[in-house]
Amino acid sequence: MLVPLSWLLTYAPLPEPVDVGEVARRLTGIGLEIESIEQVGHDISDVAVARVLEIENLTGHKKPIRYCRVSTAGDSGGSSPRASTAGPDAERSVICGAVNFAAGDLVPLALPGAVLPGGFEIGVSKRYGRESDGMICSAAELGLGDDHTGIMVLPPDAPVGADFVSYAGLRDIVLDVNVTPDKGHALSIRGMARELASAFGVAYADPAEADLPAWVADPGRGEVYPASIADPTACDRFALREVRGIDPARPTPLAMRVRLARADTRSVSLAVDVTNYLMLELGQPMHAFDRSALDGPIVVRRAREGERLETLDHVVRALDPDDIAITDSSGPIGLAGTMGGLATEVSESSTDLVIEAAHFSAPGVARMSRRHRLFSQASARFERGVDYELPIRASAKAAAMLAELGGGTVAPGYTLAVEPVEPVTIVIAADHPDRVAGTAYGTDTVVRRLREVGCTVELGGRSEATPGGRDLLTVTPPSWRPDLADPNDLAEEVIRLEGYEKVGIAMPRATAGKGRTAAQRLRGAIARALAGGGYVEVPSSAFGSAADFDRLQLPPEDPRRRAVLLANPIRDEEPQLRTTLLPGLLRVAGRNVGRGFADLSLFEIGNVARSKEDTAGGGGANGHPGTGAPSRVAPILPVDRGPTPEEIAELERALPDQPRLVGMVLTGHRDRPGWWGDGRPASFHDAIEAAHIVLRTSRVPYSVQAGQCAPWHPGRSAEFVIEPGPGSITTGGEPVTVGFAGELHPRVISEFRLPPRTCAVELDLSLIERAAADLPPVQAPVISTYPVASQDVALVVDEAVPAAKVQAALVAGAAAAGREVLLEDVRLFDVYTGEQVGRGRKSLAYTLRFRAPDRTLTDDEVAVARDAAVASAGRLTGAVLRGSVSAAG
Amino acid sequence: MSAPNNTYDPVRVAVLEPAEVERMTSEALAAIGAAASFKELKAAEVAHRGRQAPLTLASAEIGALPPEAKAEAGRRVGVAKKQLEEALAARQADLEADRDRRVLQDETADVTLPWDISAVGARHPVATLSDRLADVFIGMGYEIAEGPEVEAEWYNFDALNFPPDHPAREMQDTFFVADPGGSRGDTGGRPPGPAPRGDTGGRPPGPAPRGDTGGRPPGPAPRSGLVLRTHTSPVQIRAMLTRPLPLYVVSPGKCFRSDALDATHSPVFHQIEGLAVDEGLTMADLRGAITAFVDAMFGEGLRTRLRPDFFPFTEPSADVSMECHVCRGESTKPGAPPCRVCKSQGWIEIAGCGMVNPRVLVACGIDPDRYSGFAFGLGIERSLMIRNGLTDIRDAIEGDVRFSSAFGMEA
Ligand SMILES: [Zn+2]
Repeated sequence: MLVPLSWLLTYAPLPEPVDVGEVARRLTGIGLEIESIEQVGHDISDVAVARVLEIENLTGHKKPIRYCRVSTAGDSGGSSPRASTAGPDAERSVICGAVNFAAGDLVPLALPGAVLPGGFEIGVSKRYGRESDGMICSAAELGLGDDHTGIMVLPPDAPVGADFVSYAGLRDIVLDVNVTPDKGHALSIRGMARELASAFGVAYADPAEADLPAWVADPGRGEVYPASIADPTACDRFALREVRGIDPARPTPLAMRVRLARADTRSVSLAVDVTNYLMLELGQPMHAFDRSALDGPIVVRRAREGERLETLDHVVRALDPDDIAITDSSGPIGLAGTMGGLATEVSESSTDLVIEAAHFSAPGVARMSRRHRLFSQASARFERGVDYELPIRASAKAAAMLAELGGGTVAPGYTLAVEPVEPVTIVIAADHPDRVAGTAYGTDTVVRRLREVGCTVELGGRSEATPGGRDLLTVTPPSWRPDLADPNDLAEEVIRLEGYEKVGIAMPRATAGKGRTAAQRLRGAIARALAGGGYVEVPSSAFGSAADFDRLQLPPEDPRRRAVLLANPIRDEEPQLRTTLLPGLLRVAGRNVGRGFADLSLFEIGNVARSKEDTAGGGGANGHPGTGAPSRVAPILPVDRGPTPEEIAELERALPDQPRLVGMVLTGHRDRPGWWGDGRPASFHDAIEAAHIVLRTSRVPYSVQAGQCAPWHPGRSAEFVIEPGPGSITTGGEPVTVGFAGELHPRVISEFRLPPRTCAVELDLSLIERAAADLPPVQAPVISTYPVASQDVALVVDEAVPAAKVQAALVAGAAAAGREVLLEDVRLFDVYTGEQVGRGRKSLAYTLRFRAPDRTLTDDEVAVARDAAVASAGRLTGAVLRGSVSAAG
Repeated sequence: MSAPNNTYDPVRVAVLEPAEVERMTSEALAAIGAAASFKELKAAEVAHRGRQAPLTLASAEIGALPPEAKAEAGRRVGVAKKQLEEALAARQADLEADRDRRVLQDETADVTLPWDISAVGARHPVATLSDRLADVFIGMGYEIAEGPEVEAEWYNFDALNFPPDHPAREMQDTFFVADPGGSRGDTGGRPPGPAPRGDTGGRPPGPAPRGDTGGRPPGPAPRSGLVLRTHTSPVQIRAMLTRPLPLYVVSPGKCFRSDALDATHSPVFHQIEGLAVDEGLTMADLRGAITAFVDAMFGEGLRTRLRPDFFPFTEPSADVSMECHVCRGESTKPGAPPCRVCKSQGWIEIAGCGMVNPRVLVACGIDPDRYSGFAFGLGIERSLMIRNGLTDIRDAIEGDVRFSSAFGMEA
């Protein structure tokens, strides 16, 4: 809100000289943040009040051009330095394009050498064949709003020859105040001056009490336009007053125009300006109707289905049954507290006015203004809370001002429809603010501060709740502070007005925390392991699209197509939350490649969202089942008590699945080329090894098998499976797939325009975290110092047999060989295919390392264990010792 | 010592005469000293210590001496042998040192050649800074609480005392999840109307008119009741509903606001929030926690300042500024050089905080007469701007490897 300081000082007179920096500091200190301080009116000089003597209309131009003889000759004391007030120098002639003034009118005249806002300098110039010795100014040219349509005609009593800046009071300081949504009262000079007075400890004069007409409380004898409230949830105060016989041509007084301009409010007409001026000053939005356009009694009610209203902005609006409508016999004539209707607007011919001042439902106005996307100064105030006791006084002030300035008369009395409002009273312990702040204020300070705010405070009573009792205060907040409803609201008033700097600093209490959970530690360990392994952590977009599912070649029933749609996405290309990290990561890879980084090993740990499986999809229009939405609507639970377990469960059921995933993308070189020689391109082996890094870090038992899953290359990708086991996530005894790693499908690579052979990994970290949660601590191994016995075996198997299976069979065989496990390590050191082993066969050469914990193994013991391992491989995979193959062949 | 016994018939042995022993010794030492290689040294050793070496032969003659001369001759030869042995060892050591020096010199390589064959990984600073901030509070006994990013409106707003239709609720540009089963077509891409509610629960901001809760049937745009969480504060609610009291938690995480992306705004950003609920907590405890955190993250001795602010879920509420860690306020003095970090304000706004609004405690089933709490929250990206000089938030979200790599393993 823009606030002229002079206006504030009217009601909170600070001692001179006023230090605006200190004003800003103190207001900010009590919660009214000053965002900027602007000195206004200092960029204007040498503009004088002048009289138009005669006007010559110049012809032959495309638009009307007038050559005006003007004079600054007058008897003014405070004359403009450059304006002669006597003699021939007092008269000059200027060219002017405006036609809204006549000879004899008083106007602001920029003299040669004058400076106008924006650094615009006025000189003597030759225009339209005449010498123009200055310029007659419009309001906009003087920095008073945006009205360029005509020059500013001054009141007839303006002192000719006077300096316009001082005459009009243009010099001021404008504060831009950021008013938080809880402080509706501060959206007015009235409320802000009260805060300022509190901040400086000076007397405060309430403008809602000052200069009230004597008849303010006189209800009259029912002569004023009738009104009633039909819906008590929509409105609790509705006041009307009437002003009759005004002259609609009367101008708005200059001082009022200046203040409106400073508060960034456009001057429209006397009736509108007066209501706006009082809204700014008091915080009470008001509306003026043309009485002759009204038809029958005014009723405040909810709109009816099918009703329409053309509002002041010339938009015909279909009303919603939740809208609060001001109606007469013809139907809606205004949206309560939001915008008036066009048909009943005060026009240039309106002489009899009906002034409305009311108190509407805050949430009602809020909903209405959002529904119609109508955000007015009035709606901003109503939704934040307006003083419900103000309508009678504000409307009286408005009527009195309009009658005086417009030359009319106020109809006696008022109409007031009232719904009873129960006053809020809050009982607090007198030391409640002390206990919130941890600071001793004392009862006197608490009571004084609450009274400054406008509360009625009664002392007395003792709390039964606490032993020994505490003094109690019964506090009734003022009608303008609907935000004060709780003990802590009152505490905040005391604490902020006393200054937050008075709050002490206590040493933090040490509490018995357990540190990070196993899952949280694991997540960190995995991220560090990947970074240590040369992977760079990058973020990617949290949003995605169904088009990406097609690019990834996902089949129609793939669970990764169960996206959660946004009602209001920022970009239409990404209308949903991501269900997989890969599209985003692939784009990040592409972006980096495009920026000249061809060798990339990237990873991301992040959440995705997938609608729950029970969403009935049945194949959507685009063949993407379940595309859409969570299965249930999450209810809005009450807040006046804690939720029940059932209610919490209902909320949780409505949430989509949101697993945490880890994704990786590799492209370019994994080992870089250099002076040492060629590098090594990243391959599916690297991707699969990256997945091993993650799973090894987790300690969860798992296995690898050939993968068949989009978007991976079906022959070059691996599936990672957590084996069933005690305490495992595999409750049904079935292995659980946690993800895939390998080279991407060539079509996917081309869809994402990535370099050939780009590889990727995606693992479900939530599953891994859960599987790891139940793992017992690592048991320390027995370190044997007896000698190792190594045996190399070459096994020939079908090419299709996975190496992992052969190795597993070797391990299993060795383990079953005797009463102790002697096989310490198995390592594949050679893979051979070729004529020597036959077509469709491969030779896998392993080093088996045997060692006993308690003795040196004999050759016989080693041979038995080795033979058992080989026999097991033979049984489970059809492997034969390579030596025996060649012997046979 | 006895004098020579002239009555005895002395047998004289020439090679054991002192002069002769000395001559043989110096000859041998000269040969050892002159040996320029291990081979020459070996030859010198054979020549002068071998079986046919003069000194060896002379030594064999000692037995021929009369008893009174034996001891002295033996001592003389012994000294000579020892001299040779020491000289050989010394020469051997010299030759070895020479050899080693030569070999090491020959093997010298350019050790400044690069060997960056393997890629160097890095973590993202949002992750590491978030961990670091959490660590500060874990050190104070807090635990990390987590919650979902797609969140029920009740957790994100209602339970946090954002009443329906209150402007505060509208100030957070919220991503709404589309209604179940329907398309988002009928909402025209803008936030639809309020979710259907069965219970009024929340208070209207004013004391009157009561009961205006829009209790109408769901409008043309039914809602899912779900949003993308606009802050990490719903985790506070989850923590209060699930954890025993007293409660000290921090919740780092991703948040969403439907802001357009620019240098200082991103629709996706990260926050970390702290929450303490205990008996007798005051604003002074809140200031203590914040001061400890600023000390840990920005250095000891920086002052902090609280100023009134408004958050529905705290009352009283405050924003937290700290003294600029770069200029320590010097830039505000007349004529001082400007400070880019605090824009020469001397203070930097770092967090929002306040005492947990008792209404929030009530919505979580906690007795506000017994327990009080405080909460604070700050933006991770904003902290990166303050602490690490990040100037464009887009750098932190678009995934350029140069950005993460610059931070390495710690922000
Ligand atoms: Zn600074």
